[in-house]
Amino acid sequence: MSRFQFLVRAVAACGMLLFATTATAQDGVRVGLTYSAGTRPGVYILPMRGTYADSVRAILGRDLDFGDRVSVVMADSGTAPTGALNYPLYAQLGAAAVIQLAEQAGGGVSVVLHEVGTSRVLQRRSFLLDGAANSPEWRMSLHAMSDEIERWITGTAGIAATRVLFVRTGTLWTVDSDGANARPVPGVGNGSFPAWHPTGRMIAYTQFADDGSQIVVRDLAAGTARRVSFAAGTNFTPTFSPDGRTLVFSSGLDGTDLWAVSLNGGEGPRRITVGRGSESASPSFSPDGRRVAYTSGRLGRAEIYITDVDGVNPEWLTTTGFGDQSYRSDPSWSPDGRTVAFQTQIEGRFQVATINLRDRSVKQHTIEGINEQPSWSPDSRHLVFTSNRSGARQLWVLDTESGRLRPLTQGALARQGTWSPRLAVPR
Amino acid sequence: MNARYSLIALAVVAMTVSACTPKVTPETSPDPMVNPDSIAASAARERAAAAERARIEAENRTRMEREAAERAAREAAARAEAERAAALTAARNAFTTVIFFGYDQSDLTAESRAVLDAKLPLLRANSNVRIRIGGHTDERGSDAYNVALGQRRAAAAKRYLVDQGIAEGRIDVVSFGEERPAQAGMDEMAWSKNRRDEFEIIVGGETLRLP
Repeated sequence: MSRFQFLVRAVAACGMLLFATTATAQDGVRVGLTYSAGTRPGVYILPMRGTYADSVRAILGRDLDFGDRVSVVMADSGTAPTGALNYPLYAQLGAAAVIQLAEQAGGGVSVVLHEVGTSRVLQRRSFLLDGAANSPEWRMSLHAMSDEIERWITGTAGIAATRVLFVRTGTLWTVDSDGANARPVPGVGNGSFPAWHPTGRMIAYTQFADDGSQIVVRDLAAGTARRVSFAAGTNFTPTFSPDGRTLVFSSGLDGTDLWAVSLNGGEGPRRITVGRGSESASPSFSPDGRRVAYTSGRLGRAEIYITDVDGVNPEWLTTTGFGDQSYRSDPSWSPDGRTVAFQTQIEGRFQVATINLRDRSVKQHTIEGINEQPSWSPDSRHLVFTSNRSGARQLWVLDTESGRLRPLTQGALARQGTWSPRLAVPR
Repeated sequence: MNARYSLIALAVVAMTVSACTPKVTPETSPDPMVNPDSIAASAARERAAAAERARIEAENRTRMEREAAERAAREAAARAEAERAAALTAARNAFTTVIFFGYDQSDLTAESRAVLDAKLPLLRANSNVRIRIGGHTDERGSDAYNVALGQRRAAAAKRYLVDQGIAEGRIDVVSFGEERPAQAGMDEMAWSKNRRDEFEIIVGGETLRLP
């Protein structure tokens, strides 16, 4: 990846230019610039005053950077400018937009977004922040602000106000999209294969016990849990329908099939697949809720299929001559409906790939180490997946457009990452 | 004992003699005076004592013989119990012996079938017993698909036992996928130990009858 860091030591003249509008401009002030080459618009985040200004700027800058749609240029010291901005200067620094931040009484942040090209203010609004500074709630409301600013600049909301649910030795964990605030979900033991409800308020998972495995739905806020699987034996890989009313999971005694259960009472368990003793597992809904992608072993090896949710028209998806032809599994249907991510064995090791549903073209996204269990972010652009490339099993985030990678979790033994829907809206 | 009885007899004789001396004038018989009755009594007493001795000896002998017999019976019972326990342990061990699978395979090998055959006697002799077969996989492969694979492995063993006449309702099958490895490690040595079916008695394990 072509990522360059330039440290620009501002000469006196430049300093005068930079802070021409301020009374406190100093000679020899050092401005650190982080600059990523590419066609993404440069966004300059101005210095900010206030008690939690550093946290606000750092989190916003990281959120915009992790969104991979803009190139963040951050002044790491200096004085917050007031009055009219020197737009030509920011144009010279490669900035298409400038973000001006100010703390507000009552714990909010006011944001002014300047468009450099037209030398005008593009957006202006105040955001309320929840909870105490740097608390998980506070950070989440700040992430929602970041996502809104990204929407102002690019037309597409960011994915900062999300979390990833994952498994570490039987405990379910959540971690914020920026890697902060990793914590276990209380009350879950021997849990596996987690899934988010589309509201983000509930999760489903597989609970293993000596007498088999059951599907549990847990309300995250209330801390209550209930079993929704109906049969003894083996029940696993739950997923919610996009409308949140149905849960589909794998269940069976001799072979496993996909079953659907209604979460609000209503109809009883309904079988979707008829595997006749073979495996069906890992369902993932299309965003319209009409179809399900899943792994099936009906050919004697794991391949990915798509079926109508009523079980009609099952279709083999991964027919292209790609990889080892031996093992393709763990589909994740992108929220925009266009792509299915999956893991495929290449030279005996799993790699993350995507298949375009229009032309069935396959793209391999990873090479190094073993990479598996991809899960789409709400922007249909980023994937979280499990990789051992660092020497330990960790979660990584991939930008499928640029190929940029970043580690999400600290420590080992993380797996089965699943990306939440957007969890907060700006206030 | 004999000496004591003799002394008593002599003393009785002496007393009898000395008591009679002043009154009876020796006339015709110079022989010492002997009471025939006391001789007979003495003999009777001796016979009685001997009988008593014999009785006690016999009693002792009987008791010892009985005790020896009892001891032998106890030892035999303990031996039998130990043998039974060993046989039960062996049967249990035969029952809990795991079977192994090839990578991504759920087919039973000839060796696996022999291991399953060795479980049949115990199952046939204890029709109340219910069992659980747990299928497991190694850490490779998809976590999710491995649960399905473990299920297929457990089901393969169940199908074989049912084909041998064990009632279907007595066998539960579950899968743990790669969640419960038998051996830690990231090489074939560990993987081969983890691709397995485990067998557990879930009902009737306390009152097992030997085949």
